[in-house]
Amino acid sequence: MRRFARLYHELDSSNATGDKVAALVSYFREAAPADAAWAVVFLTGRRPRRAVSATLLRSWAAEEAGVADWLFEECYHQVGDLAETITLLLPAEGSSDEDRPLSWWVEQRLLRLGELEIGAQRTTLLETWRALDARERFVWNKLITGGFRVGASARLVIRALAQASGIPEETIAHRLAGAWEPTEAWYRALVDPDAVNAGTSRPYPFFLAYQLDLPLADLGDPAEWLAEWKWDGIRAQVVRRGGDTWIWSRGEELLRGRFPELEEAASLLPDGTVLDGEILPWRDGAPLPFALLQRRITRKTVTAQVRQQCPVVLMSYDLLEHEGTDVRLRPLAERRDQLAALLGTGRGDGRLLLSAPVDGADWPAIEAERARARERSAEGLMLKRLSSPYGVGRRRGDWWKWKIDPYSVDAVLLYAQPGHGRRAGLFTDYTFGVWDGDHLVSFAKAYSGLTDEEIRRVDAFVRANTIERFGPVRAVEPRLVFELAFEGIQASPRHKSGIAVRFPRMARWRTDKPAEEADSIETLRSLLENVRRET
Amino acid sequence: MDLLTLTPAGLYCSQADFYVDPWQPVARAVVTHAHGDHLTPGSGAYLVARPGAELARARLPEGTSVDGAAYGERRSLNGVQLSLHPAGHILGSAQVRIEYRGEVWVVSGDYKLEPDRTCAPFETLRCHGFVTECTFGLPVYRWLPQTEVFDSINSWWRDNQARGRATLLLGYALGKAQRLLAGLDATIGPICTHGAMDRMTGLYREAGVPLPETIPVSSLPARHDWTRTIILAPPGAEATPWARRFGDAATGFASGWMQVRGNRRRQALDRGFALSDHVDWPGLLATIEATGATTVWATHGFTAPLVRFLTERGLEARAISTRYEGEREEPVES
Repeated sequence: MRRFARLYHELDSSNATGDKVAALVSYFREAAPADAAWAVVFLTGRRPRRAVSATLLRSWAAEEAGVADWLFEECYHQVGDLAETITLLLPAEGSSDEDRPLSWWVEQRLLRLGELEIGAQRTTLLETWRALDARERFVWNKLITGGFRVGASARLVIRALAQASGIPEETIAHRLAGAWEPTEAWYRALVDPDAVNAGTSRPYPFFLAYQLDLPLADLGDPAEWLAEWKWDGIRAQVVRRGGDTWIWSRGEELLRGRFPELEEAASLLPDGTVLDGEILPWRDGAPLPFALLQRRITRKTVTAQVRQQCPVVLMSYDLLEHEGTDVRLRPLAERRDQLAALLGTGRGDGRLLLSAPVDGADWPAIEAERARARERSAEGLMLKRLSSPYGVGRRRGDWWKWKIDPYSVDAVLLYAQPGHGRRAGLFTDYTFGVWDGDHLVSFAKAYSGLTDEEIRRVDAFVRANTIERFGPVRAVEPRLVFELAFEGIQASPRHKSGIAVRFPRMARWRTDKPAEEADSIETLRSLLENVRRET
Repeated sequence: MDLLTLTPAGLYCSQADFYVDPWQPVARAVVTHAHGDHLTPGSGAYLVARPGAELARARLPEGTSVDGAAYGERRSLNGVQLSLHPAGHILGSAQVRIEYRGEVWVVSGDYKLEPDRTCAPFETLRCHGFVTECTFGLPVYRWLPQTEVFDSINSWWRDNQARGRATLLLGYALGKAQRLLAGLDATIGPICTHGAMDRMTGLYREAGVPLPETIPVSSLPARHDWTRTIILAPPGAEATPWARRFGDAATGFASGWMQVRGNRRRQALDRGFALSDHVDWPGLLATIEATGATTVWATHGFTAPLVRFLTERGLEARAISTRYEGEREEPVES
């Protein structure tokens, strides 16, 4: 645990990316694989469920520190972080000389906390605090309270793992995608240059597009670009390997059994094939409303009736693996040719469709097509450079999304308060934030756009995940992502974010997106820049 | 009648007709120390502790009447016994002791309990009424022994040298800067200072405080190699064009506020060192108890929690509203 606590301290002691990567590299070189596995879990923002309620944690810490509850709260208001408040208040550092490994603390203590009776939880926590020194205590408190942010993004962790193992970043990113168990064996395979991609079910990290924020002329010759419709569905990868099929959502959640018709269609694909596309509700050559699909994914079992009411297709955009080979670094044009050949032989079964190019001789012609997106129930256009590789994460330059409604961002729910009238007693009024570096900054409030069923689910989430109360307002765990649409945007010094939006509303609950993938303040700023440029 | 009253100009002793640390010009001011929030220019006459007289003169307009009293020297003013006693905050900082017909009040000014090589140590005074600062009046503020803090500052400097980066350490120009100088290990490398610190540091030396050699940044060429050097500068200087000459310097801030991680991260500092010239929570409680005071007035800082805490323990406590700031939370030009 001491080594991991030192890593945390080192990451926290410098703002220079180079220093952070160096600290990570030396940690991964030195740490036992079983510890390094858990380090990857926490550093990439995955974490076990919180096992102890924050209220109990506070009262035990206050008791151990010999501080009245009200004084603990005063301190918490000043410090603003529960783990840190506890660390600063606990009496003298622990006395144990024994340095147990991180994996022991996680597997024997942290993961078992949730199964214990309250009395035993209390004993475990007190014993732990008494055994650890200040740095270790802080890390431990961070592990139990959740918010493990240390200013090292997943990308830096991937870079460090690549440097420590001598394996390309793309391979590490791929091996980290999807579901895995942080065992010693898993970590050994992660950093083993000779390991065949062991998890046969594993998807590739999704490549994401930026909102177009520059003039079309800056993109150059339209002949070097692929334009296609931007559909409103569930972005997914279909993995066909070893005679089996897996469907993964953008949030890297396995959608097994949810779309049996797609699994059936994919069974006709050759082994060693991975498609990237969008699951769409579809009938007679046109998409059905997205809400229909949402209703379908909340069902546990997919009956014949459901399949009949809401038939789905995969609108295929890209080919990531072909004949067992990772083809992501080949040019898009080549991947698309292979994709067309693959689906063109009737193998698509009418369920795996090819996303058709939107043709236009020049940019004005393409822009005119975009204006017709609504007639096609599309959200706008995607513009992809034909020479581009399939990258990792969100990068500028090669892929752009160009929505009809330019004002839309994915934001994280931060605060909730009860509504009025018909909505009294339910948490229906929300405040949303976007990323600013490694923290979320609030920028908009919204009340409308959710169905009653969704409101009930958000309400239950708020009640179960409150981290702080300010009168009627609850601060919640930053986990839920919503697409906010709005009519206008302007600079506003009165807002913490420096930006005010007009008529914000919830366009959609992005259950497919983890909070880490919500938009950042830069997205809002570039929208603002666009408005300035256009006026 | 009360010995001390709070007026719009500051704490006032009507029996002897003087103010303690007034924030408006008055006829007679008794001043605890030379920081700007305690020493307001424009009064007719100032009384300060003698070791701090030159600092006060340097910060007041020329020709101002400044009288220095030795620590413990008693002055009699209309039946009131007035004396100044070490507060351990900065050079010449004082607590003001006021006695009249057997009733004793002490105004602490800013103070700390830890020994400091640049000033006389805090003296505990018995009193009936105690006016105390509580800049860091919450139990999360418990200072580590300063030797540990100085060890980590010195080893940070060494690490930066090893990485070929200059070390920029921020701290207030009066008091903190000189305490830092006294705690730095001058064998590690050269110590340079921002111009704002040189005058005060010179006055410390003239008062006989031993400090290591310092080189004014302005005396070195712009293309100087800074990678072995530690540069002391006031907070705020790191964001100015002045600091660009140090290239990719590691930046740290020595302040009690650095106890809390969020304060450091908000300012994008690499390192924060919780080193304060103010008393911490355990020291505050110990001092209040040692004075034997039954009445406590809390001035600047987290006054409400302290008042509640003391009231629950049977003391007569209240918060009084002053203009003192204690240690500022954000680095600002000073």
